Amino acid sequence: MAKQMTTSLSAREVSGKIRESLPDAIVEATDTAVLVDGQSLPQVASFLKNTPGLDFDYLTTITAIDYYTYFEVVYQFVSMEHNHGLVLKARCYGRDNPTLPSLVALYRSADHQEREIYDLMGITFEGHPNMKRIVMWSGFQGHPQRKDFL
Amino acid sequence: MELRTEPFVLNIGPVHPSTHGVFRMRATLDGEVVLDLEPVFGYLHRGVEKLAEERTWSGVIPLTDRLDYVASMTNNLAYVLAVEKLAGIAIPERAEYLRVIMSELQRIAAHLVSVGSFLNDCGAYFTPFLYMYRERENIVDLFDMVCGQRLLYNYMRIGGVSQDVPEEFVPALRLIIPRLRSRIEEYEWLLKENEILLARTKGVGILPRELAVNIGASGPVLRGSGVKWDIRKADPYSIYDRFEFDIPTGEVGDCYDRYRVRAEEMKQSLRIVAQAVEQLPEGPVRADVPHLIRPPVGEAYGHIEAPTGEVGFYVVSDGSIAPYRCHIRAPSLMNLTALKDMMVGWKMQDLIVIFGSFAITMGEVDR
Amino acid sequence: MAILDAGIAGAVRQMEAVPPDWPGNPWWHWLVFTVAIIVFVLVMVIIVIYVERRAIGWFAARLGPNRTGPFGVLQAIADAIKVLLKENITPASADKIVYWLAPAVVFAPVIMTFAVVPFQDGALLADLNVGLIFVVALGSISTIGVFMAGWSSGNKYSMLGAMRMVAAVVSYEIPVILALAGVVMLTGSLSLNDIVIAQERVPFIVLQPLGFLLLFIGGCAEINRSPFDLMEADSELTAGFHTEYSGMKFAMFYLGEYGEALVMSTLIATVFLGGWQGPVLPPWLWLIVKIIAVFFVMVWTRSTLPRVRIDQLMALAWKFLFPLALVNLFVLALETLAWPEALPLYIIPVNLAVTGVLILLGSRLYKLGWGRVEV
Repeated sequence: MAKQMTTSLSAREVSGKIRESLPDAIVEATDTAVLVDGQSLPQVASFLKNTPGLDFDYLTTITAIDYYTYFEVVYQFVSMEHNHGLVLKARCYGRDNPTLPSLVALYRSADHQEREIYDLMGITFEGHPNMKRIVMWSGFQGHPQRKDFL
Repeated sequence: MELRTEPFVLNIGPVHPSTHGVFRMRATLDGEVVLDLEPVFGYLHRGVEKLAEERTWSGVIPLTDRLDYVASMTNNLAYVLAVEKLAGIAIPERAEYLRVIMSELQRIAAHLVSVGSFLNDCGAYFTPFLYMYRERENIVDLFDMVCGQRLLYNYMRIGGVSQDVPEEFVPALRLIIPRLRSRIEEYEWLLKENEILLARTKGVGILPRELAVNIGASGPVLRGSGVKWDIRKADPYSIYDRFEFDIPTGEVGDCYDRYRVRAEEMKQSLRIVAQAVEQLPEGPVRADVPHLIRPPVGEAYGHIEAPTGEVGFYVVSDGSIAPYRCHIRAPSLMNLTALKDMMVGWKMQDLIVIFGSFAITMGEVDR
Repeated sequence: MAILDAGIAGAVRQMEAVPPDWPGNPWWHWLVFTVAIIVFVLVMVIIVIYVERRAIGWFAARLGPNRTGPFGVLQAIADAIKVLLKENITPASADKIVYWLAPAVVFAPVIMTFAVVPFQDGALLADLNVGLIFVVALGSISTIGVFMAGWSSGNKYSMLGAMRMVAAVVSYEIPVILALAGVVMLTGSLSLNDIVIAQERVPFIVLQPLGFLLLFIGGCAEINRSPFDLMEADSELTAGFHTEYSGMKFAMFYLGEYGEALVMSTLIATVFLGGWQGPVLPPWLWLIVKIIAVFFVMVWTRSTLPRVRIDQLMALAWKFLFPLALVNLFVLALETLAWPEALPLYIIPVNLAVTGVLILLGSRLYKLGWGRVEV
């Protein structure tokens, strides 16, 4: 019986396609993930969503990881029609006020997840309509999930 | 002549007479009609993701129980799958079959709770709720037999399951499968065509298909809107590709469709359990994995189809005995993104019904 | 007028009619019956609460209360004592006088209704010749009490609950009154005693099945029983209009709710099921049996049916029950004109057929409330 899996697209191939239209966006492309430049994230996401053949219409997860010198945000995209997936990463450097552009206009699933990352990690997403704390109460100081909080 | 009215703000929750946990909605009402809605989360936030960084890889498993506390087995499974993907561990056959049996039984139990609470919100005074709990008692007794716990099981381990099932498990399971089947059909017969239930739920709280995909919905909420997307078929994990089952979908995406999807899923889960029990092989139930496991440096994302939707664990390892980062993709939090769109324009009583049809567990939303 | 053939009129009557001032002196009559009615109402409310809690438990696959007293009979008394010992909290923003009066206004009409209910032929406190209008009017006074409670609590939830209640009761008065008007047409008198006596041959439920259904559904809606219990919907708005009440005042509302259920059951039992008439047992026992039977059906619908929404409730009253009640009255008027002396026996299946046709037609043609409002 053939196993139907969500195939992870080879990131190198997809990054080749992205590089054709948005040459400055890609920083690095490994086998598993494509690392893009933070500020060009909405353009890359829009390219992924609207290109026929890619059609990534389902953003499942946004994860933020604290690597002491930089924050890395991981986006998992899935296309329901073709049943393939892709992992996108973006980094932001500096711990004082890291920012990234928001993807809420394209994918509403980013709404609550970006608020949570702002609340717990401190990364501000520009363009988010409701950038408030979601799990901690509104007067809380600090960002609990950072490695230097406790 | 227009009657001049003034909208007022009503706080629904966090201490709710409904059975859905601590959740607050600030609704702006004009008479009975909802004009605006703002959900407020965070009343049950316990910092599970941060706590996971302080424990060993195996020590995170009891934490995952407490996420969706109505369906603990599936949460365990999601985390364990992620770690096994990261460390490249192969699992014995008997363990795979036991995992599938436990997951599907858990799915039936969780759907019984969801449907029972939904009907309680619609107003049938506890009767369907208690009937469904009576069937859930059978399943929970089986779990008690296996791992000694009735609600928070802590049964899956990295590399298999924690212990083998006792001898009386399989005969007891064979005994309750036909009983569950006939009882679930009886409840369907009592409720499916009930006029009042149809009037309260048909056409109410519609989630259109494109919006459902855009907000990242999963589980019965997504399938109720007509999208045939189930992780067990789209990206099969464990041994789900060996079993025959269908994926029920709704048509419109109203509350009635979500209720029907859950009811049908219970029947499909029974099919899987019946097939798995027939094929259960002998053998060890746990791979030879050290207790203080140190997976190689890397990242992995393991996701499963839990009763509420797609539960995913994104684990990052730096080679030590504790996870570097363990992020939980909570399906209930994603499903609630479109809450305002679905509720505006309906009346306050519909608010309760629509919220009940999501069947969320606050432990998962807030973590 | 007599129903069916007046020839064997006295066949069912077992005893002589009780004279209107029974022990001889009107003051003794008043005293005896007042005490009897108060005792009857309080004991029956306790029995009714017991029946409800046990029956709802059995319907939901569990036992009801079965520890306090033999078979749990004293549970309601235990609850009453507990409630008496609780603190009476008055919210600061409440309107004191109205807040204090509301429970009394809700509970008093319940006892007053039993002044005109016959326990035996002629055994009533007062055989008013407008008995039925008296009963209906008292039902409306309870509604004023509920609205007083909701308004004086100073709480948004209570106000919402009270306003829903008033809307519902006012809408359902009309099918109830039209159903009762049908019975009055068959009897020719508004006195409850005459209505019971006129049911010697057949109880009116057989002659007026649609009227019975209208009175049952309308009655359930008037007293806020499921499936129309929006006002006290536990899973929605905490407790509706009696949220801010505690202690004895809350007990009054609780007793008042079951008292009204008792009154509605008594009304149905008297007007449609034949009151105190029956072969072997004493007449007051028959009345109690019939009341409990009707109440059991109310409990049955409560435990099995979900709740309707407020606009569906109003639509049901105005668009379904009201036309049905009008047509019912019209058909009955035609029958009464055609046979002014006595209705023939074959009118029974004709009435049943008319009921069936009307309900089918009505349910096909009407839409349950409106849907989403564009905001």
